[in-house]
Amino acid sequence: MQSKEIICTACPIGCHLTAHRDKNAKGGYRIEGYSCKRGISYALAELTDPRRILTSTVRVVNSTHKRLPVRTAEAIPKDKIFQCMQEVNRIAVKSPVKMGDILIKNIADTGIDLISSRDIK
Amino acid sequence: MQEYDLVVIGGGPAGLAAAIEARKNGVRDIIILERDIELGGILQQCIHNGFGLHIFKEELTGPEYAQRFINELAEMGIEYKTDTMVINISEIKTVTAVSRQEGLITIAAGAIILAMGCRERTRGAIRIPGARPAGIFTAGTAQRFINIEGYMVGRRVVILGSGDIGLIMARRLTLEGAKVLAVAELMPYSSGLTRNIVQCLHDYDIPLLLSHTVTNIRGKDRVEGVSIAKVDDNLKPIPETEKFYECDTLLLSVGLIPENELSYQANIQIDPKTSGPLVNEAMETSIEGIFACGNVVHVHDLVDFVTEEARRAGASAAHYIFEEINENLPAVPVVPDAGVSYVIPQSIRIDNLNGSLDLLLRVNSVYQNAKISVKADGKTIKEVKRRHLAPGEMERIRIDSQLMKNAQPKKISLNVQGEKTRYAV
Ligand SMILES: Cc1cc2nc3c(=O)[nH]c(=O)nc-3n(C[C@H](O)[C@H](O)[C@H](O)COP(=O)(O)OP(=O)(O)OC[C@H]3O[C@@H](n4cnc5c(N)ncnc54)[C@H](O)[C@@H]3O)c2cc1C
Ligand code: SF4
Repeated sequence: MQSKEIICTACPIGCHLTAHRDKNAKGGYRIEGYSCKRGISYALAELTDPRRILTSTVRVVNSTHKRLPVRTAEAIPKDKIFQCMQEVNRIAVKSPVKMGDILIKNIADTGIDLISSRDIK
Repeated sequence: MQEYDLVVIGGGPAGLAAAIEARKNGVRDIIILERDIELGGILQQCIHNGFGLHIFKEELTGPEYAQRFINELAEMGIEYKTDTMVINISEIKTVTAVSRQEGLITIAAGAIILAMGCRERTRGAIRIPGARPAGIFTAGTAQRFINIEGYMVGRRVVILGSGDIGLIMARRLTLEGAKVLAVAELMPYSSGLTRNIVQCLHDYDIPLLLSHTVTNIRGKDRVEGVSIAKVDDNLKPIPETEKFYECDTLLLSVGLIPENELSYQANIQIDPKTSGPLVNEAMETSIEGIFACGNVVHVHDLVDFVTEEARRAGASAAHYIFEEINENLPAVPVVPDAGVSYVIPQSIRIDNLNGSLDLLLRVNSVYQNAKISVKADGKTIKEVKRRHLAPGEMERIRIDSQLMKNAQPKKISLNVQGEKTRYAV
């Protein structure tokens, strides 16, 4: 039987969880070590579709600000992070920009947009 | 000399929230003085997400969190000057500042709010032996170079200190193509949030070396490598364990200290434990009418708590300006007892309290299944249970003022009881 160690980050306690492959369990894994139910859904998400919000900066061409901070509007699949970074590093933006403006639509085919984190004039 | 009812020094999240709250409480004549070219403080370089969960119930990036307050400030028409550095404040509340545009400015203030934030401890403060080549940065400076100026600081990097800024920078550098060889931490536990250890180190397979420190730096013009050794229980490096890491950059993430040169000049009393001004229930310092909030008072790990503290300072400054605070009440000391490093505020004038009061504290060790007790003259008036407590995570205890008013104590103390643990992630 396969098992995997996961640290739950759904709250600051940081329980150490162990996931055992188990066909009969919900989601295909039996989870141990959690102190509350959120640990189970956290572990299942980490095992089946781990996601992270990506934040970075992009170049600005015509402002006193040299970089514009950006983020993905939602969490993207973890294994697409470096692919997204390549797209982030390819673009440059012109001011003015508003917080929330879409800079790249559907970044790296994730279905999620890259948006601006702030205004620049 | 110019005159303002309220001068706020520093336009970071603390200064912004304090000014907004003072205006909401009726103060018309407010000015914020900020030395940087824009408002927002350190948040502008903290481009990662994880801000605002308490205040906005969503996860924002640092710049997004700042933008919300900057927008609110603009809507309220609160005045501010950027590129303006305060160089002196006096006990009679005269503020002296310099600005490139206006030269020397003096302002007579009705009340002052100190919101100057904190700065990083530098390498000198922890004395690493070895050469002094280029390529050694504090983590926050590197953060500014990369996220604001757009310069990459290095290609092969070692980070000393596992505080949150160090962890965040490990991920940031990796995303930008650098190789982070290791994060070394002197203590047997990280002072960073577990979430950051998982999402910044584990996600990118960056090793965290607990109970390790940098013992030497090699390089002439540029860093060529550092030696890292394990430390014993007395935090002394064990020579046999020393290992050389070839790298061009060393980042230091070894803590923050409140920025209080101005407070010292004005003879404001400083708490040696927090390195920030002593404050009372109104976030008022030892000088009447001078308030303080945010990282200048004590180093916060969550900006949300900065905002809450700043709102209290802003509202209090308004009450002071409208003469609604009784300055003549006895100040009851709030004392950290067993297991507690410090408590903010350090004193309370009980009859000035209204509604509830937040006590912010840090514990001195990692505890499990712990209980924090608030005592009035030795009698417990409030108890909170926590499954987990760590020095890196500030605790907040909200107390109903009525409890204090009923007790009318001469002294309030806080202690923690629980199982001490040494945990490692
Ligand atoms: C490098 C660094 C990184 C951080 N990263 C994080 C993080 O990732 N997550 C998190 O939750 N917290 C982080 N923090 C903590 C963060 O500082 C606080 O959450 C919050 O920003 C503190 O707000 P503040 O307004 O008290 O201080 P600051 O944001 O530091 O604002 C203080 C402001 O005062 C101005 N100022 C100072 N002296 C003067 C003067 N003499 N005259 C005029 N203006 C002056 C400064 O320029 C600055 O704009 C970080 C802190 C630092 C130092
Ligand atoms: S399992 Fe529950 S208690 Fe444990 S870290 Fe996750 S959310 Fe927190």
